[in-house]
Amino acid sequence: MSPTRDEQHWMYRNMVTSRRFEEAIAKIYFEGKTPVFNMANGPIPGEMHLSDGQEPVAAGVCAHLTPADVVTATHRPHHQAIAKGVDLNKMAAEIFGKATGLSGGRGGHMHIFDPDVNFACSGIIAQGMGPAVGAALSRKMQGKPGVAVAFVGEGAVNQGGWHEAMNLAAVWNLPFVCVIEDNGWGISVAKKTASAVASNAERAAAYSIPGKRVEGNDPYAIYDAAGEAIARARAGEGPSLLEFETYRLAGHFMGDAEGYRPEGEKDALFEKDPIPKMRERLKADGVASEAELDDIEAQASQRVDAAITFARQSADPAPEDALTRVFAA
Amino acid sequence: MTKPNERKLTIARSMAEAIAQEMRIDPSVFVMGEDIGPLGGVYGNTRGLIEEFGDERIRDTPISETAFISAAVGAAQDGMRPVVELMFVDFFGVCFDAIYNLMAKNTYFSGGSFKVPMVLMTSTGGGYSDAGQHSQCVYGTFAHLPGMKVVAPSNAYDAKGLMTAAMRDDSPVVYMFHKGLQGMGWLGTEAGATVHVPEESYTVEIGKAKVVRQGKDVTIVSLGMGVHNALKAAKTLESQGVSAEVVDLVSLVPLDRETIRASVAKTGRLIVVDEDYMSYGVSGEIIASVTEHDISVLKAAPKRVAFPDVPIPFARVMEQYCLPNPDKIVAAWDQMKAA
Repeated sequence: MSPTRDEQHWMYRNMVTSRRFEEAIAKIYFEGKTPVFNMANGPIPGEMHLSDGQEPVAAGVCAHLTPADVVTATHRPHHQAIAKGVDLNKMAAEIFGKATGLSGGRGGHMHIFDPDVNFACSGIIAQGMGPAVGAALSRKMQGKPGVAVAFVGEGAVNQGGWHEAMNLAAVWNLPFVCVIEDNGWGISVAKKTASAVASNAERAAAYSIPGKRVEGNDPYAIYDAAGEAIARARAGEGPSLLEFETYRLAGHFMGDAEGYRPEGEKDALFEKDPIPKMRERLKADGVASEAELDDIEAQASQRVDAAITFARQSADPAPEDALTRVFAA
Repeated sequence: MTKPNERKLTIARSMAEAIAQEMRIDPSVFVMGEDIGPLGGVYGNTRGLIEEFGDERIRDTPISETAFISAAVGAAQDGMRPVVELMFVDFFGVCFDAIYNLMAKNTYFSGGSFKVPMVLMTSTGGGYSDAGQHSQCVYGTFAHLPGMKVVAPSNAYDAKGLMTAAMRDDSPVVYMFHKGLQGMGWLGTEAGATVHVPEESYTVEIGKAKVVRQGKDVTIVSLGMGVHNALKAAKTLESQGVSAEVVDLVSLVPLDRETIRASVAKTGRLIVVDEDYMSYGVSGEIIASVTEHDISVLKAAPKRVAFPDVPIPFARVMEQYCLPNPDKIVAAWDQMKAA
């Protein structure tokens, strides 16, 4: 399955928007944190997990989704949220902890929730699995259209809850797809140190479901594999397991010295940066002209700038609002 | 003795009746858990449901508490109203992330844009020599963590009304039923829990305590099985000329502090009975609710009758030594009087 011209433009636009967003966040994150790095300081306090390099997975998968489909994301959620269509202004404001944020500042960057596009996330590894499986169950029981996709990292597959949820999705034949973003690292622990199998696609055999691994962080190949799995889920044929090799161009979190990376690994990854690669391919295939690509990039920057401005200019929440919304209104 | 027009039900039957009645009128309600299908629940509280509603809405699950409780969260966020069973509350250890980090927090973390209307029903309590992985109450553990309502019925009337209220609530409700009150003969049964239950659907307010016995000399506050121990102690005290008031908390979250304070303001004395561990729990919270509000109403230092801070032992003599009972409550009164 190959993306149409429009889909290719959408994917590129999406990947560039995500990268520009992360670049903007990275820059602002260090405001107030130099010369002494204290995570609590600056306009964006707290942990920050950037998704630079992992954009092809989000774009290649979400190209097949509609707002009605359900996505659960991880502690590294920005690219997934942008690809799913989460409101960028409100998301930026949430990351800044502002009153205009998606959750009025209660959640922050690891807890991005947007009901308009059925997007939820969690800071706990593998925790999105069960809710996505449950949403898939809900759609099946209600006879409502829609599939559920859980994005997880390659480290999440070693969580017991991941296995429980995969088995539940399979035994109940639910419209569910597990997408593993394999960036090779669980914080500082390499995949080969943590996982008994090199390809997590092999684990699909444990649930009698299709499993596929795609290497190369290639948005076209990801699009192809995701399309097949999502179509299968939509047709009522049950869940699938996908593992996509991707690259974490940033540290685990901002401030990570990354001393655990082998010499030269990051330079080699930057050589394979998927965004310039896709740009070249779009041109080479005659799918987008230089001018169109420049235009896409300019629009992405403008959109990100507007979101950051919105976040910066928004008011802080009233401190006492911390005491509200514990229960449903 | 059954009076004319009286309809005595066990808690098990009243829970199943509440679920069935709600499922008839609300297609979004469904049940998931281990052995809740053809078996009807280990404690009988889903008996007869699969025959009426089928296995699509009455779903036996794999032994995967993390998966099915977190799936309930996802289904609840997507418009369903799941009722899930954690067979023994002691099993929360394998799935607490799904409960307190997910079910209890998603409403808040979403700023209220996501709702998680689900009921987590779970059995509590010991007294039948099942030892410390199958006999705990851990009321305080659940009530301590924000974002979930917590209820614990002491009788079948409240059990039905609380279940209906829980299923209609837009927030997650942890519904803690005591095995010894359930009306399952093999667990031993407290007769006082089997009471008249109206056939029609009704709700019991979550967050409202009940004065189940009026008195003027001492207030005994408890929940679940402890209410029955308190009532038995009150009867003994009555024969000694002491008038004890008994407050059934019914709900731990929200906690009805007003009813507790009003009762203690009247009696001037407070005994809290709790089958959960003594320290850092419900009994301390009840006492603090009174003392931080107005310590001048107290004529004596409050007392608590709770499970000592040890794992629940197997041997009958050891477990019974640790559990609250009416004699211990009477002894607490004697100490209070002597002080």
